Amino acid sequence: MVDHARARVTRAQTARDLREIGNWLSCLTKAANTTTPSRENEMDQPVHELPTAAWPPGLTRVPYWVYRDAEVARDEQSRIFEGAGWHYLCLEVDVPDTGDYRTTMIGAMPVVAARAEDGEIVAFENRCAHRGALICLEDGGKSKDFQCVYHAWRYDLRGNLTSVAFRRGVNGKGGMPDDFKLEGHGPRKLRTAVLCGLVFGTLAHDAPDIETYIGPEVMVRLRRVLHKKVEVIGRFTQQLPNNWKLYMENVRDTYHASLLHTFFTTFRITRLSQGGGVMVSENGVAHASTTLAAAKGPDDSYAGMRSDNQGFQLQDPSFMNAVPEFNDNINLQILSVFPGFILQQIHNALAIRQIVPRGVDSMDLHWTYLGFADDTPELRAMRLKQGNLAGPAGFVSMEDGAVGGFVQRGIAAADGEAAIVEMGGASAEGSETRATEASVRGFWKAWRAQMGV
Amino acid sequence: MLLEIAALNGACASAVDSGRLEDWPEFFLDQCLYKVTTAENQEKGYQAGLIYADSKAMLVDRISALREANIYERQRYRHILGMPLIIASPDGTATAETSFIVVRTMRDGHMMVFAVGVYLDKLQRNDAGAWRYAERIVVCDSQRFDTLLAIPL
Repeated sequence: MVDHARARVTRAQTARDLREIGNWLSCLTKAANTTTPSRENEMDQPVHELPTAAWPPGLTRVPYWVYRDAEVARDEQSRIFEGAGWHYLCLEVDVPDTGDYRTTMIGAMPVVAARAEDGEIVAFENRCAHRGALICLEDGGKSKDFQCVYHAWRYDLRGNLTSVAFRRGVNGKGGMPDDFKLEGHGPRKLRTAVLCGLVFGTLAHDAPDIETYIGPEVMVRLRRVLHKKVEVIGRFTQQLPNNWKLYMENVRDTYHASLLHTFFTTFRITRLSQGGGVMVSENGVAHASTTLAAAKGPDDSYAGMRSDNQGFQLQDPSFMNAVPEFNDNINLQILSVFPGFILQQIHNALAIRQIVPRGVDSMDLHWTYLGFADDTPELRAMRLKQGNLAGPAGFVSMEDGAVGGFVQRGIAAADGEAAIVEMGGASAEGSETRATEASVRGFWKAWRAQMGV
Repeated sequence: MLLEIAALNGACASAVDSGRLEDWPEFFLDQCLYKVTTAENQEKGYQAGLIYADSKAMLVDRISALREANIYERQRYRHILGMPLIIASPDGTATAETSFIVVRTMRDGHMMVFAVGVYLDKLQRNDAGAWRYAERIVVCDSQRFDTLLAIPL
């Protein structure tokens, strides 16, 4: 494990050095030459060297092997999911009282988040210190403490090991050695933070605090939506046939929304010609894109495009009825925090989406549909109907569910090639237009920083 | 009544499975509720659905969106329906539960058990005396959906 990590660090450093000397073209040629033979002999070679050195300079090219390589996925687990990032765990309202808990995942790592006796929300790895079994088997619940089902080792609400069954043996025989100390064993504990009713956790106990991680600009956008107590109104999981990064890029891709999604364009929910913009935090970790309500009058900027289907009329447009509820004219706001948290506001349809990778070409997207606890029946009814826009069956979101798979299949033989991420230039800075891929470049800025590439 | 409702279920599933999607809303009353949810959401009392329509016109819109707006790969469903369990049948109405399995076949031939669950139906006769769904809550046993739910269940 340590050797493996050291090898990767060395390779990453080499990559940085090479990047400064070499140029993209020569690197790409090298990548093509080195990856092809190793793929031919894949059965004989347990792990092939990634063409990390071939990472192009700047943020405008993304080599396709990054979505396909099992070693990259393992490094992401150690460096991002168990590394420097902050990760969404659950809602504060999921664990309102002492003993309430919820289980979740940070990448491959199972996690328990629980409300401790002193009111703090704590989190720890969902893994018994004894033989590694899951400590909690349910999605959530309420408990005085936790007991592993395998050999009845017990933990308090903070994940401290409190007892070992038959620790002293039976009739003076068996049992654990006298020098076995309970306090020396237990699942890894996370540092937690509660922000706008969201619970985040990280294994990086020395990482910057969550607000610094997200940055002040995007924090304003987060507070705008989550300004009072939320209520869960639905939970669904969408299994996507693509690498997790392709989904997060899609979320941050302000360029595609009105081109892929006919619904958005035809009904002027979001068009690039509408007001709005995108902001990206300094470190690339967080983004927020906004679309202002459409101006009255004709807009012919999408004339002739598939997504502007003026022949498409709704018989019952009532589900497009919306009320402004955030004291501004922002129709739509999509916000993300690297690596796996998304907050959606499309009209009054509010949802949290949590990304959980499940292998190089598969991921789960956990949807939590939200309302506010003080919703009027009328507003709640609107949210339920607007829910048709998002989720696995959403008029808009179903396409985001499919398009990542189209890329994953399209790049199956393209390890030596790279994607172009150059709309709006080369920087990862915010912009007053959404005809840019700045936020996608921000994603790669954060990814490369945490991965050390 | 049992056979009438079983026949309605069969006809509705046949419209979906054979691609006659435009016929599907006609099995519902003008004022109706169609919702796709999961057993867990149902147990917790969560109101939202993957699909949530409170009029036949919204069902018509969903089909026209699938036909004209949405991007998804060619696929077909095969519904296998259980025998309806009639829960109650007060004057002119009925409440029924019918189990279903939907196998989805993609354009490349890949097949999977896409959804398994139960229809919780409230039925009424329309003006012509034919049974129609006043409410159909599609309760899927699993909360996990593969890729996307385009064609209605």
